Amino acid sequence: VTAYSLRGKSAIVGLGTFGLGRAPGLSSMDLMAGATARAVPDAGLQLKDIDGICGGTLYHMFPTLSIGEYLGIRPTWACSDMTGGSSFLSHLLQATMAIEAGLCNTVLIAYGSNLKQAGTFGIHELPTFEKVYGLASPLPGYAMCAARHMYEYGTTREQMAEVAVAARQWAQLHPDATMKAPLTIADVLASPLVADPLSRLDCCLMSDGGAAVIVTSPDRAKSLKHRPVYFLGGAGASWSREVSQIPDFCTTPTAECAPRAFEMAGVTTNDVDVLQLYDAFTINVIMFLEDMGFCRKGEGGAFVSGGRIAPGGALPVNTNGGGLSFAHPGMYGLFTLIEAAEQLRGNAGARQIEGAEIAIAHGNGCTFSHEFTAVLGAASTV
Amino acid sequence: MTMPTSPMDGIGPEGQFWAHLRAGKLMIQHSSSTGEYVFYPRLIAPGSGADDLEFVEVSGFGTIYSTTIMRRPAKHGGDDNVAVVDLDEGVRMLTRVVDCAPDEVHIGMRVQAVIAGVDFGTYANSEQPIVLFRPAGLRAGAVS
Repeated sequence: VTAYSLRGKSAIVGLGTFGLGRAPGLSSMDLMAGATARAVPDAGLQLKDIDGICGGTLYHMFPTLSIGEYLGIRPTWACSDMTGGSSFLSHLLQATMAIEAGLCNTVLIAYGSNLKQAGTFGIHELPTFEKVYGLASPLPGYAMCAARHMYEYGTTREQMAEVAVAARQWAQLHPDATMKAPLTIADVLASPLVADPLSRLDCCLMSDGGAAVIVTSPDRAKSLKHRPVYFLGGAGASWSREVSQIPDFCTTPTAECAPRAFEMAGVTTNDVDVLQLYDAFTINVIMFLEDMGFCRKGEGGAFVSGGRIAPGGALPVNTNGGGLSFAHPGMYGLFTLIEAAEQLRGNAGARQIEGAEIAIAHGNGCTFSHEFTAVLGAASTV
Repeated sequence: MTMPTSPMDGIGPEGQFWAHLRAGKLMIQHSSSTGEYVFYPRLIAPGSGADDLEFVEVSGFGTIYSTTIMRRPAKHGGDDNVAVVDLDEGVRMLTRVVDCAPDEVHIGMRVQAVIAGVDFGTYANSEQPIVLFRPAGLRAGAVS
């Protein structure tokens, strides 16, 4: 048995989001439940059909217990692999293994956060040698990766701004996106620096919100409400936890996990129709495209320029507007799966990529610490 | 596996690091069997698993690998530097650079460790000094 045996062995059948942007009075678990209450009927199922749970927040030590209790589900299998914002993509792989092994039939992957109301990330455990220096957020670490990328490869703030502008243009096509006002490269460059070289508009939003995805076996998927979106491949890689331990500030673990995921799926970069990349900061998209092999290392800045990843460009990236302009409730990973699935269902409205058959959903955890690449496909690819 | 006998019984690797700083010494773990330096302090070396880590005094000289300016309004203390330094011995440390303006810190800059008390982070306004860096070659003086 190899990892290839998992290709096509699960399908995403239900999608839900809830309370995106600002959700006064609601707890993180309320937001998780609101999204679940949409994802379950979206699949044409009921809560009692769920027998597996995946999830995790920055605030819950026992997330699958809290989720199961809140929803009144007693799962036969559960998993809360915690790798930061990429966790939910890892959960898709775990769920696929569990379904294939017969441990459960239908898995809920759920997330909720009231980050905007709370006004803090609220991460339980910060690295010792970052707390010593007063670091309380991932911002300075990413800023230093961006600075190093500029130093080694001549990447410019204008090139990073291209990522933010493309995201905003996509967000304007999504009815639920938070930020829709027109945005230019000059606007990004003129916005205040928060951690050099990153300006406020190089940074993702701080939102409330919940997200939920239902995963089941390919057999069951065929009889449900929407076109199944198949798991074709998935792989994660973790290289560090804290900033000082990142081996190379210009290369992320994506360089390891994306090739493994592509190989499992039997695809190359040429086969990919649309990508959803966790854009906590603009530099992330540039580095992920390099590390996935869409361009060579160091050429990501030039690659994203000229609107290449924007609506009408050659390579559509973050078609919901991403964490930069759609929503970012602390951990964004599950939203990459949702938008990838919307595109493969053909349900993405004004932002639909015509004939999309292969989509990438890519999650990022902590500070380029853990990366997870998932390859999803329409029925024609299985 | 035989774990090293510590000269400081009852104090773990991290505690020993802080104790050396209180004594005014920047000590980093070193493995005689593999020749590698290790930071942050651990019981065994990452990768090799070497279990003969011992604290040795290091030069304190290093090079800025990357740096940023955390922008803050003046009423909240103003702009601050955060940097990552590659020590000449080969380990990488998160730190702050002092004794120069945040916008003077740049990648490739040579720096030298300074052990000082601070008013931020875990050991703010305590008896525990931490490792900061200043531009190399700067005359000794009060840490700003």
